[in-house]
Order: sequence, then structure tokens, then C-alpha cells
Amino acid sequence: MNKIKSLADLKKLQSDVQSKIKLREKGDHSENLVQIKVSMATCGIASGAKETMTYFIEELDHQGIDAVITQTGCMGYCYAEPTIELTIPDQQPVVYGFVNKVKALEIIEKHIKLNEMVDGIIPVTYHSIEN
Amino acid sequence: MKDLSLHILDIVQNSIRAKANLIRIEIVERPDEDQLIITIADNGAGMSAEQMKLAIDPFYTSRTIRKVGLGLSLLKQNAEMTNGSFHIESEPGTGTKVTAVFGMNHLDRPIMGDLVGTLLLLICSSEETNYVFKHQTPSGEFELDTRAIRQVLENVPITHPDVRSFLKEMLYENLEQIQISE
Repeated sequence: MNKIKSLADLKKLQSDVQSKIKLREKGDHSENLVQIKVSMATCGIASGAKETMTYFIEELDHQGIDAVITQTGCMGYCYAEPTIELTIPDQQPVVYGFVNKVKALEIIEKHIKLNEMVDGIIPVTYHSIEN
Repeated sequence: MKDLSLHILDIVQNSIRAKANLIRIEIVERPDEDQLIITIADNGAGMSAEQMKLAIDPFYTSRTIRKVGLGLSLLKQNAEMTNGSFHIESEPGTGTKVTAVFGMNHLDRPIMGDLVGTLLLLICSSEETNYVFKHQTPSGEFELDTRAIRQVLENVPITHPDVRSFLKEMLYENLEQIQISE
């Protein structure tokens, strides 16, 4: 049977991670990183904000994209939950509504990687050219 | 809410908004007494007696952005639907404690859901808030204190992806040990 992980195992991991962190000390300030705020009030949670947030964390980590992903309260767009606020460094924040996993991947692939906005922005003043 | 873990995630948001920096989450399963008890206690701003009466009113909220506040009401409804009970105590300046008792074997009791995912989101999303999580079942007990984790991590942030995946495995393994079949 495998031994259950304990705090002693965490200590080993700590020294590994610490040496990794030292290698990339600069440019780690959060204002230089992509920031995603996931709206996590009752309305968001009931609509699946937890899955959305977990997906963003895991997919961005998987793709090796550095981003700060945090929770925030209700933004008042309860009808469009789950909602996220995406801030690309040096740009205005953009709010997306109805962000499920499919939408989340689209946002990562297009907006975060190519800086190309996609449909689903609140307020609805933006449409991509296909529409 | 689809499951109990989402309720926990939801109620903890109240504590975070009340500027708590230590939040205790406790789950006790007592199948013999047909009880599943969830307690969430924080050291946040707390509420006055008047606010406390209003807190479970779905049309009361301390927010100004919208006019409803359903978190506590939904938990109360779900608990009472399973022959359980709901209790809230609070003291301005010392914090708030929410207790929900569910009828464990009741047909209407929501499942526990993705507890590990919920805890990970909470633990790994804030550098300031600490959590003490306790889960007790007839097969054992598991306790996790993020203050102890931070001590081991020293200057490594708890939000680091490697730390996150370590905690994920640690939580899964430990909770599996004490799991009783639902």
C-alpha cells in the first residue's frame, strides 16, 4: 500500500519548488501577468463557477501560461453566470458571461494567447466578424 | 445547490467578505444517529442580533449590487428538507458560526460532491486566509490546518501549481481513508 502523503513529504516538495522559483524571480509581479477573476457568489457557484475556475487553473498550468486566477464576489450579472473578468497586462479588463469549459478554452486559445476577443462579452457591444 | 460541497464553498464566501482570516470547516458524519453536520465558523466581522435575524431572509443582503442573498436561505432549506436543522450564531467583532444538520439517510439529502476540489479552490486562492478543515466519520478523522502547511512551505506560495497538485493528492488520499459508503 502506498504511504499517504504527509507534511514531511511537503517539506521535500518545498525545497524543490523553492529552487525553481529562484530561477525566475523577475517578471513575477502580478500586474505583468494575465489576471482572471471568477465571480463566486451564490449565483456563480450554483451555475458552475467552481468547474470553470478549476478548469482555468488546470488548463493554464497544463499549457504553461502564467496567470493569476482569483475569486471575486457577484458582479451583478447573475443571469449570465458563470462570469469572469479577464485582464491582459496593460489593457482594459473584459467581462465574459456564460463561461463554461468550452467557452473557457475558447477564451484561452483566442483572447489570452492571440489577444483576439471572442463572443460573450458583457455588455453585449462586441460581436466577432462571423456574426 | 447541486451538492453539499458547493454549499460549503458558498457559505465560506460570506466569511471571506466579513474579512475573516481564519475559517474552520467541520464535517461530521454520524450514520448511526442519521446525522451529517456541517459547521463553518469564522473570525470575521460578525453580525448584530438584528442582522442575524435578517441573514436567513432571502431578500436581505449586505451587498448593494443586487437585492437578494440566497446563500444561507438555500442551505437552511436543504437542511430542513432532510429533517435536519439550521443554526446561526454571531457576535460582532468575534465572528460567525453556521451549523447545518442534515438527515444523513434522507432521500432528499444532496450528495457531498467534489469536496477536494472545493477545498483546493479555497486553500489555493488566497495568501491571507487560513483554513482549518476537519472531517470526521465512524472510520476515522482527518484534519488539515493551512497554517501548518504555510509553515512548512516557508516562502513558497501556497498558490504554486506544484503545491496545489501535492495538496490535491494529499486530500484525496486522506479523505479516501475515512470514507464510508454513501
